[in-house]
Amino acid sequence: MADTSNKSDKSDKKIILQIKGLRLEAVRGGSVIVDNVDVTLHAGEVLGLIGESGAGKSTIGLSAMSYARAGVHIAGGTVEIDGVNIRELNAAGRRDVRGKRIAYVAQSASAAFNPAHTIMDQVCEAPTIHGIMSRKEAEAWARELFTSLDLPEPETFGDRYPHQASGGQLQRAMAAMAMSCRPDILVLDEPTTALDVTTQIEVLILLKSLIREYGSAALYITHDLAVVAQVADRIKVLRHGKEVEEGTVDEVLQAPKQEYTRQLVAVRGAAASERAVQSSVQDEVILKVEHVDAAYGSFKVVNDVSLDVRKGETVAVVGESGSGKSTLARIITGLLPPIGGQILFKGKPLPKSLDERSKDLKRQIQLVYQIPDVALNPRQRLIETIGRPVSFYAGLGGNQDSVSEDGDRPVKDTLDHSSKKYFGMSSGDVHKRTLELMDMVELPQSFLMRRPTELSGGQKQRVCVARALAARPDLIILDEPTSALDPLVAEEILKLLRRLQAELGLSYVLITHDLDVVHRIAHRTAVMLKGSFVAFDKTDTIFEGPYHPYTEQLVTAVPVMRSDWLDGVLAKRAAEAAAPG
Amino acid sequence: MRILGHKPTVTAWIGMGIIVVNLLVAVFGPVFAPYSESQTVGSTWDEPSVQMLLGADQIGRDMLTRLIYGARMTIGVALATTALSFFIGITLGFAAAVLGGWVDTVISRLVDVILSIPLLILALIILGVFGSSIPVLIVTIAVLDSTRVFRLSRALGMNLTVLEYVEAARLRGEGTWWIIRREILPNASAPLLSEFGLRFCFNFLFIAALSFLGLGIQPPFADWGGMVRENSAAINFGMLAPIWPALAITVLTVGVNMVVDWLLSVEARPSGAQAEM
Repeated sequence: MADTSNKSDKSDKKIILQIKGLRLEAVRGGSVIVDNVDVTLHAGEVLGLIGESGAGKSTIGLSAMSYARAGVHIAGGTVEIDGVNIRELNAAGRRDVRGKRIAYVAQSASAAFNPAHTIMDQVCEAPTIHGIMSRKEAEAWARELFTSLDLPEPETFGDRYPHQASGGQLQRAMAAMAMSCRPDILVLDEPTTALDVTTQIEVLILLKSLIREYGSAALYITHDLAVVAQVADRIKVLRHGKEVEEGTVDEVLQAPKQEYTRQLVAVRGAAASERAVQSSVQDEVILKVEHVDAAYGSFKVVNDVSLDVRKGETVAVVGESGSGKSTLARIITGLLPPIGGQILFKGKPLPKSLDERSKDLKRQIQLVYQIPDVALNPRQRLIETIGRPVSFYAGLGGNQDSVSEDGDRPVKDTLDHSSKKYFGMSSGDVHKRTLELMDMVELPQSFLMRRPTELSGGQKQRVCVARALAARPDLIILDEPTSALDPLVAEEILKLLRRLQAELGLSYVLITHDLDVVHRIAHRTAVMLKGSFVAFDKTDTIFEGPYHPYTEQLVTAVPVMRSDWLDGVLAKRAAEAAAPG
Repeated sequence: MRILGHKPTVTAWIGMGIIVVNLLVAVFGPVFAPYSESQTVGSTWDEPSVQMLLGADQIGRDMLTRLIYGARMTIGVALATTALSFFIGITLGFAAAVLGGWVDTVISRLVDVILSIPLLILALIILGVFGSSIPVLIVTIAVLDSTRVFRLSRALGMNLTVLEYVEAARLRGEGTWWIIRREILPNASAPLLSEFGLRFCFNFLFIAALSFLGLGIQPPFADWGGMVRENSAAINFGMLAPIWPALAITVLTVGVNMVVDWLLSVEARPSGAQAEM
């Protein structure tokens, strides 16, 4: 396809995309979302855009196509593709550029595909609409792309509907869709973020080889520094819509110039060293899961799982999606009654279904969800979200004393007044306790009357934690509590969880796919594969080895913050494949 | 000025203006109506004059007075009907969505049975049997109409009930009524509100149709649909009489729909803004 001969030397490559002085503002309120950012992309080069959510990286990626999401408009700057300022083109002119010269790979492929059309129809749509290829040529080219993206049965893969492909396959199909017009520039918006570590590495390898093979330039948007280090030539760090710094991968990783970049680089490195701070685990066994089986209909998802959690202990359950780890959480909370085995809570058998459990039992086991956006009712203010469990469980015993010493905190008149309509929750005690809980999770008291939409992702997760604490529980099940958060924010949440455990003697069951998190806070770890535990031991023992083969696969799939990590893994795999036996 | 957190469009303002004027007329009409509801002022189908600004109806009553009293009856009955229909429909719909299982099956099949019979025919049968007093009229139309509200609120409830914050409430041990009222209803309010406007229009037209058939609001009470029927013969003589109540029906229907369209559009795009293409 494209010639790959002159790829090595970047200095004399022509500039394919040049964004100058880009400025985006919110339509309402006029707040600045991206402020005076320049992007220069040479032909065949990969530029990583990195930053936390809200840093404006996706917005920049979209405005490279002169597109702005609803509620945002491009207020200034130029976007030149091959010397043509596409912002000055009319709508038809821009349409001609999009898909053909510059193509976009969305974060969530499963949401980006239309479920009513086959994958082939969607991949062939752009080249036929742009009149570049006939349908037949487009199909042949799509099959070639499927082959090079290592999709199963490339000849017939296109006949599938999106629901017939896995998340990783869809993400690759999405890359094929973007490549269908052989664009000069690819905008990859978090293409591996929604995938498991073991799938992520496959997609990363293929994306990297795709970019190399066809010589497309790419903007690679991600929040994961270790991922971008594998594919990018240069990295641009963004924060609050402004550029923090830009440099080659090695410059940014080895010698970050700015404090913010240093923090980003340091977060991952911190994992091992911070293990020392641990709360004391007591002997009392809070939860004992014995030989539990569970099924959805006739499909068995959890198979003979046994687990025990002691007071003040964190037990992690790791595995990729579909391994049954979230099902285990549903079993413990009573949402999915198990079909075999039993669960003991504080030595007494726990009724299997939620309906059979008393209010006090429900109180003692709390759940914190993965995605705080859907775990909080958008129409309820914090005073209700946190205050409701306080008043709901009022009168039931709790084993923790409040951590706040100053009981007679002045309650603002305004809050008192406006809270009256919230179902009798203005009663002084509930109000005071709600403010106390907000203190515990380090939320400012002024947030009491806010709704979830007025909070950031990390703040929302703090509200979820406060809601769980409001019940004064003994056991909190944490279902991927940090995976929807930015690394620095996730770090703060982990610190908070650890502090609360030390102060309140809480026990955690931590469901996660992130081994970094496990390292940081889990006392013991269970590795789950296809509904069963393949290993369950002290966290240190699990990761010291010798590994179960699956554990090893998990451990080695986690990207390391080195630019040559992926190449190293590839070389190792190739060597293993070549080695006889 | 913002309403429900959004800036209304020009048509929405016009629609709201129409609704407010109609409501004011309905509430305070008798205060400024020139004559009383069934007072005969002139003779059959008098032309508009200074005494009777819109002329007279088929037995010489003042058309403007009848329209003003008609607003009261027509809008009042339609509003009561829609409110009752929504109360029944939302309660059953959300209960079916939240409880699921046999509760859902029983209610849903019952609704299917009612929906399978043409609404007008069913209404004619019930009103024919029980007579068409105003309470019977309201309850009949409300029950029949609530089947459609049920379908919408059940679908909305189904989508919301699987969300994690509803699950969190269940885990906490909250009762069904609390979940419906505090977790689901506030999040379904926007589509339900738009539907309320639409269903109000339909009920309003349905009452007009029933009145037109003689089974709606009974004389001597004035109502717009009935007035069209009573005066329809005037068309043959090229007179304007039936146009006035018909116009009142049209204007209110269009006004409500203008507001509903706007509500639906802001609901479809939460930010109320368009993507820059």
